[in-house]
Amino acid sequence: MAKIRGHVIIKTEECKGCDLCVIECPQDSLEMSKSLNQKGYTFSILSYDTCTGCTNCALVCPEAIITVYREGKKVKATRPISKGQSV
Amino acid sequence: MSEKIKDNVIESMKEVWERTKLLHDAPNHYCPGCGHGVVHRLIMEAVEELGVMDRTIAIAPVGCSVLAYNYLNVDTQQAAHGRATACATGIKRVFPDKIVFTYQGDGDLAAIGTGETIHAVNRGDKFLIVFINNGIYGMTGGQMAPTTLEGAKTSTSPDGRDVDLMGHAIRIAEMLALLPGAYYITRQAVNSAKAVRKAKKAIKKALQYQIDGKGGTCLVEVVSNCPSGWKMTPEESNKYLDDEVFDFYQLGDIKVPPKEEK
Repeated sequence: MAKIRGHVIIKTEECKGCDLCVIECPQDSLEMSKSLNQKGYTFSILSYDTCTGCTNCALVCPEAIITVYREGKKVKATRPISKGQSV
Repeated sequence: MSEKIKDNVIESMKEVWERTKLLHDAPNHYCPGCGHGVVHRLIMEAVEELGVMDRTIAIAPVGCSVLAYNYLNVDTQQAAHGRATACATGIKRVFPDKIVFTYQGDGDLAAIGTGETIHAVNRGDKFLIVFINNGIYGMTGGQMAPTTLEGAKTSTSPDGRDVDLMGHAIRIAEMLALLPGAYYITRQAVNSAKAVRKAKKAIKKALQYQIDGKGGTCLVEVVSNCPSGWKMTPEESNKYLDDEVFDFYQLGDIKVPPKEEK
């Protein structure tokens, strides 16, 4: 299965836990943390290796703290990617 | 995934989206889930992509976005309450080659500044008005605004807005579209990734008209949310926009420039 691989980096200390990126993610790669950051908010984290770098999360983020990376071209996944597989 | 493996993964990848350099590094003071942050970013991205950051002047309003100059890395002028359009008129007339935009909320533009706005648009001064419409006075504690929907509960209309007593909600964009000085008027939203893409396109288009020196005043109304004022979670507030607000404030272009004759 050809799949584009992506990755996001979230500045978790500036996250306010609005949950919008988690809702907007079409691959359900993001989820909210159980712990709190310094400001006392829960923050979003990339939990599943299903990110395709579609930038939807970055577009809806009001704090603009998400940086998105994507692999240049389509590659064959070297191992089966299943949801729930922890990274 | 350990940090080292993570770095290796990223090294093999291309950066496709990052925070624009025209936003200061300061974290913003808006409530979680507020649309202001998105609109700040969209304007700055548009300005950066058009390459006019060195000659852009922003006019900040009074309201939640009163501290916009802390976030926007362009020259900013703070105007008195409701007078941002009057201020923009002055700046644009003194410096016609500058790119001027005002950033106003609904308490600023649609309540105290209605007169200034109407006359500025009627004169057709060539600047952009970015109008954030969230139907409430967010900064002062969620009081009813002129743009509050009929039946909506706010702290000054606890039983819902009664149109016999409090009047109807104003559709500012439609009203201003009647004026001959208006060039491009559109209503957008920022409650989903798709809407954000469209809103950015609209802002960029409006700035491009100004750079080309065309026509008159452009207005981009962004129907936004106010989770704190509406007493909702960010998710609920975005759903409320889809379910109820967009029925009244219909999205799309309201006035488009006439096609040029060749």
